[in-house]
Amino acid sequence: MSTVASPGRPSARLRPLRAPRAPQRPGMLLATLALVVIALVALAPGLFTSQSPTGVRITDVLQPPGTAHWFGTDQLGRDVFARVLYGARPSVLVGLGSTAIALAGGTVMGLAAALGGRWGDWAVMRFADVVLALPPLLLALLAVVILGTGELNLMFAVAIAFIPGYARIVRAEALVVVRSGYVEAAVGLGLRRSVLIVRHVLPNALGPLLVLGTVGIGMAMLSASSLSFLGLGVQPPVPEWGALLSGGRDFFQSAWWLGVFPGVAVTVCVITMNVVGRYGQERFTKRSTR
Amino acid sequence: MRFRTKVLAPVARRLASALAVMTGAAAIAFAALQLVPGDPVQILLGQNNTASPEVRAQIRARFGLDESVPLQFLHYLDHLVHGDLGQSYQLQQPVSGLISAQLRPTAQLMAGAMTVAVVLAVSSALLTAGRRPVLRAAAGFCELVAVSAPSYWVGIVLLTVFSFQLHVFPVAGDQDFASLVLPSITLGLPIAGLLAQVLREAMEAALGQPFVLTARARGVGQTGVRLKHALRHAAIPLVTLTGWLAGSLLGGAVLVENIFGRPGIGALTLQAATNKDMPVVIALVLVSALFFVLISTVVDLLYLLIDPRLRTG
Repeated sequence: MSTVASPGRPSARLRPLRAPRAPQRPGMLLATLALVVIALVALAPGLFTSQSPTGVRITDVLQPPGTAHWFGTDQLGRDVFARVLYGARPSVLVGLGSTAIALAGGTVMGLAAALGGRWGDWAVMRFADVVLALPPLLLALLAVVILGTGELNLMFAVAIAFIPGYARIVRAEALVVVRSGYVEAAVGLGLRRSVLIVRHVLPNALGPLLVLGTVGIGMAMLSASSLSFLGLGVQPPVPEWGALLSGGRDFFQSAWWLGVFPGVAVTVCVITMNVVGRYGQERFTKRSTR
Repeated sequence: MRFRTKVLAPVARRLASALAVMTGAAAIAFAALQLVPGDPVQILLGQNNTASPEVRAQIRARFGLDESVPLQFLHYLDHLVHGDLGQSYQLQQPVSGLISAQLRPTAQLMAGAMTVAVVLAVSSALLTAGRRPVLRAAAGFCELVAVSAPSYWVGIVLLTVFSFQLHVFPVAGDQDFASLVLPSITLGLPIAGLLAQVLREAMEAALGQPFVLTARARGVGQTGVRLKHALRHAAIPLVTLTGWLAGSLLGGAVLVENIFGRPGIGALTLQAATNKDMPVVIALVLVSALFFVLISTVVDLLYLLIDPRLRTG
């Protein structure tokens, strides 16, 4: 009778209290694994393939995937697997770079709104409204027309659309901190504005910013690879994934592998960032509501 | 009197903010025009043209480039209000004419994409909300892929499978309905994924509400409850999101029209951006802003009529 719970002590009622964590998340485990692999590939693509991403071999033109070339070869006989691996670094860098630019811009604008008085707040928030009214890709196209193509310009072009979102978060966090009792007391005791920002506002805004930034990296990679695909971002000699797809366009009809594998790489990266970001979001909202 | 304060005041507020956003967009557009590297007269003439200073001065005067910048901006606003979006550098035609000539294929594409998105999202949410975890996880994964996959790549994969291999749909063009299917799916899929995620969450919240229990107690079947009660309740965030996403369709149209070789606003945008035809790019940015502002204002106003709780805000 040991399996039957004694009356008055229903074990079933205790169970939810004992196991509140949800460790059964195969998605998160996979995403972490994928994140490690992506980071390794981006840092040292040579570890994963002995083939050269630029080695032209006229005898091996447009070979389908096989044991010699896992992802096949392109119209110049270059190994697609190697090109996709070597494409990780520029693709990830553009995503990281534009997110960093957007986070920096958003932080500055958010602080200006929260601490810049009524007019500062009005100007920043209306600017954010206008930018949010424009489709991100169109905004990036506009920026590319002004700035020109290339990796750094692409980062700036992609970043602009993300700035208002980050600015709003920093502003909201900053307003909460500035109005809290302990900061009012500190200001009353002569706290300087720069110290207020560095010691109180930024640490509080960091958590939500990082969580949103993680999802933002994936979205920035989507946007950047789209522009490269259109020929307005990273330019062809660099094996960025969007540029790879763009370069193989004339051959998709006969060589499906040219169109499929670089896109799989982008998709896996974006899914990974989305899963990690959402997990962070859940953890973060849980912690802040407790 | 009540009507005036409860309905007219918030309506006026929404319209004023819509107007403010459009003015801001025009200011950004004008600033962007000023920021283009190079002399606009040289761009108008073409790179290799060596016109005399007199001709250059004439062009300057004709396009109002000899005035001060603030005055130019006021003129620019005046032109915009009268529907004059400027002159294309590249094609030497009024931009408004260029845009209106391309509206039909893009409008068809957007309508197709929204249909795909809403049908997929609603059916996915109806079928999987509150069902077995395996089913929900599978749908969740599909939605994640739909949201994360770049749309240009989805288009390439669809083309490869259905046009190059199976020959079911045409490869390019916009002659008939068949040529609209793949582009609509490509453009609608990421939106479907996002809508489905939000809708299922809202449906699951609605299914836990007391009114669902009441409906079940009255003898309404499981399907009836989902269709008539939970879906209606969950549709409110869906409407907001749909309005918001409709604005982003124009950006997606640039990619989709490019992949499927369709004419339209997106193709025009890309052509203008590639040729650095700034007046056209600017005009398209303004048109998309107007489109977004119109939709979000209409959605906001609809809420005022539907939901009395918002009128006091």
